[in-house]
Amino acid sequence: MAYTAKITVTLRQSILDVQGKAVEHALLNLGYGSVGSARIGKYIEVLINEVERGEAERICNEICLKLLSNPVMENYSFELEQVN
Amino acid sequence: MADITVGVVVFPGSNCDHDTMHAVASFDGVKPVMLWHGSHDLQGAKAILLPGGFSYGDYLRAGSIARFSPIMKEVVEAAGRGMPVLGICNGFQVLLESGLLEGALSKNRDKKFLCCDTFIKPVNCSTMFTSLYQQDEVLSIPIAHGEGNYFAPPETVASLLEHDQIVFRYCDANGKVTDETNPNGSVNNIAGIVNRAGNVLGLMPHPERASEKLLGSDDGRRMFESLFRQL
Repeated sequence: MAYTAKITVTLRQSILDVQGKAVEHALLNLGYGSVGSARIGKYIEVLINEVERGEAERICNEICLKLLSNPVMENYSFELEQVN
Repeated sequence: MADITVGVVVFPGSNCDHDTMHAVASFDGVKPVMLWHGSHDLQGAKAILLPGGFSYGDYLRAGSIARFSPIMKEVVEAAGRGMPVLGICNGFQVLLESGLLEGALSKNRDKKFLCCDTFIKPVNCSTMFTSLYQQDEVLSIPIAHGEGNYFAPPETVASLLEHDQIVFRYCDANGKVTDETNPNGSVNNIAGIVNRAGNVLGLMPHPERASEKLLGSDDGRRMFESLFRQL
C-alpha cells in the first residue's frame, strides 16, 4: 500500500506574484472582465511507499518544509490519496 | 610562500564558474580550484566562492536543489567554523536556501530577466569582503538575474539593519537610494547581505564581471582583494 501526495505550493499573499499578475492582465485583455486576480503556484505529486497514513503525512510535511517549499515566502498544502 | 587555495564550486548549470576562476587567478599568490558539486573534498581551500548560473536548471526554486549537493554539506560545516564563503547571484540564492543567510529571493518586480550594469554602494565596509571600499562610494557592477527580488519578513530586515548585515544597496550614479534605483524590487534596495558572524556574504551583482578595466569596470576587484588579504 502507498499514498500519492498531491502537493500545492503557493506564494504567500504578501509576496508579489509577477507571473500571476501577467496572467491576470492577459485574462482581462481577453475580455474576462469578471476576473479579479490570478495567482500561480506549483503542483507536485509524490508517491510515498508507506502503509501508515500518519507516517505518510509526517514524511510529506517534512519534505514540504525541507525542499518542496520555501517557508520564507511560500505556503504548502497537500492531500493524500491511497493507492493499492 | 605557497599559494592560497580558493575553491570555486561547480554545480550542474553553473555558468559563471570559469569567469570566477579567471578573476581569482588574476591575483598573485592565490590558486583557484574547481570543486565539483558531487564531491565532499574542499581540497584545502581557505575560502569558498559559489558562482552564478542556473544550478540544477533552477528547477523548483533557484538554489533549492543545489543546497543538498554533497559539496554544500562541507561548505555549510566549514562556514560554521568561520571559513569565508562568497555567493554571487545563483550562489547567493544557494546561500539563502541553505540557511547560511536569512531571507529569500523571488522573481523580479517587473517580470523581466535583467542583464545590465547597476550602481551599488557598500554600506558596511568593515566586513572581510568590503574592507578596501570606502563607505557609500558608488560602484558599477552588473547584474544578470530573473529572481533577485530580495525578501525577508520585517523582523528579519530589522535585525539585519540592527546588526549591520546589509552590505550593498542599489543606488544611482550619485549614490542615491530610491525606488527608481531599485532594479528588481528588493526590500530596502538590498543587493547583498552578510551573516551575523561576518564570514558569509551573498550578493546579486557579479563582481567577477567587473574585475578588470577591459570588462568596462574593475569595481568588483576589491571585493576579491579584500577577501584574499584576510586569508
